[in-house]
Amino acid sequence: MKLVVLMGNPNVGKSGIFSRLTGTRVITSNYPGTTVDVSRGKMRLSGTPVEVIDAPGTYSLTPTNPAEEVAAGILAQADLVVNVVDATNLERNLYLTLETLERGVPAAVALNLWDEAGHQGITIDVAALEALLGVPVVPTVGLSGQGIRELVERLGEAHPSETIQPMSEEERWVAVGRITGAVQTIAHRHHTLGDRIAEASIRPVTGLPIALAVIAAAFLAVRWIGEGLISLVFEPLFDLYTPIAMTISDLLGPGVLHEILIGRLFDGEIDYVQSMGLLTTGLFVPLAMILPYIVAFYLVLSILEDTGYLPRLATLADTFFHRLGMHGYGIIPVFLGFGCNVPGALATRVLETKKQRFIAATLMSLAIPCMAQIAMIFGVLGPFGMHYVAMVFVTLALVYVVAGLILNRIVPGECPEIFLEIPPYRMPDLRATATKTWMRVRGFIGEAIPYLFLGILLVNLLYAVGFLDLLSVAFAPVMENWLGIPAGAAVALLVGFLRKDLAVGMLVPLGMSPEQLVIAVTMLSIYFPCVATFVVLFRELGVRGMLAAAGVMVTTALLVGGALRAVLIGF
Amino acid sequence: MITMEKTLLDLESGMRGTLIRFAGTPGFVRKLRTIGIREGKTLTVVTRHPLGGPVVIEVDGREVTLGRGMAVRVIVDVAT
Repeated sequence: MKLVVLMGNPNVGKSGIFSRLTGTRVITSNYPGTTVDVSRGKMRLSGTPVEVIDAPGTYSLTPTNPAEEVAAGILAQADLVVNVVDATNLERNLYLTLETLERGVPAAVALNLWDEAGHQGITIDVAALEALLGVPVVPTVGLSGQGIRELVERLGEAHPSETIQPMSEEERWVAVGRITGAVQTIAHRHHTLGDRIAEASIRPVTGLPIALAVIAAAFLAVRWIGEGLISLVFEPLFDLYTPIAMTISDLLGPGVLHEILIGRLFDGEIDYVQSMGLLTTGLFVPLAMILPYIVAFYLVLSILEDTGYLPRLATLADTFFHRLGMHGYGIIPVFLGFGCNVPGALATRVLETKKQRFIAATLMSLAIPCMAQIAMIFGVLGPFGMHYVAMVFVTLALVYVVAGLILNRIVPGECPEIFLEIPPYRMPDLRATATKTWMRVRGFIGEAIPYLFLGILLVNLLYAVGFLDLLSVAFAPVMENWLGIPAGAAVALLVGFLRKDLAVGMLVPLGMSPEQLVIAVTMLSIYFPCVATFVVLFRELGVRGMLAAAGVMVTTALLVGGALRAVLIGF
Repeated sequence: MITMEKTLLDLESGMRGTLIRFAGTPGFVRKLRTIGIREGKTLTVVTRHPLGGPVVIEVDGREVTLGRGMAVRVIVDVAT
C-alpha cells in the first residue's frame, strides 16, 4: 500500500489535518511536541486505499531530538509527502519544505492556519508560491476542515518538484528569503492589549503569580469537578446498583464464585472498597472513585494544552528545572504524568539528550503519581484529614527535587539549554476539547478496567493458594522493622506493579494508622512504576537505563520510607 | 545613525537589535535559523529571567525562549 506522510514544523496543526484526512482521532494541542510518536491511519486517494502517517514535528531533516529522528526516518519511506506549513509563519516553515522537495519525492503543500494568517494581516499569493515550489499548494484550516477536500483532490497531481533542486544549506536560506519576499505581504500590525496580557504571562514578575494562580485554579477545578461527578452522578448510580449486587450475593450463596464476584461481606453488607469482588470493588473503584477525577483532570489538561499556556509555564520553570538536570520543557512529562505515567514517559522525547530524558523519566516514575493513584490517595487518606494527604504530596515533591539535584550531579552527559517556540494564545475549541477529553477517558476505561479485573482475580487466586501469606512472611523484616507497616502491605506493593490504584485500595483492610498509611502510600508511588509504564520506560531508556532507574527507585523508596517512619512513628 | 555590536544577552528587556552573525557551531546556527532567528532579522527582547534563567525574544511576531548560553552567541547590531 502506498504511504502518505505528513511532514511539518512542530505545532503547525499536522495532527488536525491528519484527523481530517483519515477520520482517525488523534490528540492535538497548542504546543510543540504533542506528537512524539507516529500515528497511522488510512484514507482513499483516487479510489485506492493508502496509509497515512502523521510524523512528529521537526524544523529540519537534521534531527536534534528523538521525536525529530522519527520524523526524518519516516520521510525515507514516503511515496507521497504532504508538507503542512504554518501560513502565519511561512518563512520559518519553508526551510523544511525545500529540504523535503529536494529529496525528489512527490509532494503537496498544505498552507494551514490560513484563517489565522488572514486575521494577522498576512496574505500569501498561493498561485505564485505554487509556481516557485513546483508542487500543488492548498490553503487549509485543519480545525474547520476548510480546504481539505481540495487538498485531497490535488494530492492526485502531486509529483516531484522540478523547480527545486538539491542545494547547499546557505543556498537554501537564500532561497527561503527569495520565495518569502516574492509571495508574502504583511500588513503592519500594532501591539494590542491582548499582546500585552500575553507578555505578562511570560515575564518573571507577573508570570510567576499568574502561573501559581493557574496551577491552583487547575487543581481546584479538578477537585470540584471530580467531587461533583461523584456526589451527583456516580454515588447515586451505585446506590441504585447495591440492591442488585445484594440480590446476586444472595443467589450465589457462600462459595468460591461468591468470593470472586462479590467478595467478603462486612456485617452482611457490601463494602465497595474492601470486599474485593469483581462486581463490587472491581466496578466501584474504577468507576466511582477514579473515573470522575480522570474526566476532570483531562478536561482541565486539555484546556491548558489548547490555550498554549504550557510553553509559557515551561519558560517560567526553566531556571528551576535546569538545576535538576533538565530544562523548562521537562515540565511537560510532569503534567502528562499526573494523568497517566505512560504518556508522561513518552513525552520525555521532547528533551534533547539521554541524560535529560533519563532524569525526566526517573523523576516522573519516582514522584509523580498518576490520577488514578491520586484519586485513591484522596479516597483512602482524605477521611483521616487533608494534612495526611498533604504529607504524601510534600514528601513526593521533596523527592522530586532532591533526587533531581543528585541525579544532575552524578548522571554523565549534557544538559542543553531550553530552546522553545512560544505559540500564540488560542481560545480552546469546545468540540476539540471535548473530543480530546473523551479519547483520553476512553483510553483509561479500555486499559484500566481490564487490568483492575485481572488484579482482583489474581489477588483472590493467590490468596486461595496461600502465596500471599508466604510473601508477607518473606517481606516482614523490611515492612515491619524498617518501614513500620504491617507485613501484609507487601501484597499491596506486589499488586501495585499491576495497578497502583487497586494497591492503594488494598491497604484499607490492613487497619493501619493514618501515619502508616502515609508511609505505605508514599512507598507505592516511589518504589516502582506500574507494568504499563515499566514497558514504556524499558523501550525509551534501554536495558541499562531501566536497570539504573529501577535501582534509583528502590533505593529512594527504602531511604524515604525509613525516614518517614522515623519522623512519623519513631523507632 | 551609530550602531554598536552586542550579544543578545546584553540587551535589556524591550531593547531591539538586528542580527548580524552567530558565534557558534554549524549545528547551533542551523537550530536557530530553522526556528526563524536569522541574519537580518530584528530581535526584540521581551524579558530576561533572573538567576541564569532564559531570555525570551520576539522575532517576526513570534516569541522564542532560549537559554543564556545561546543568547550570548547571537551577535546583534543595536542602534544608539
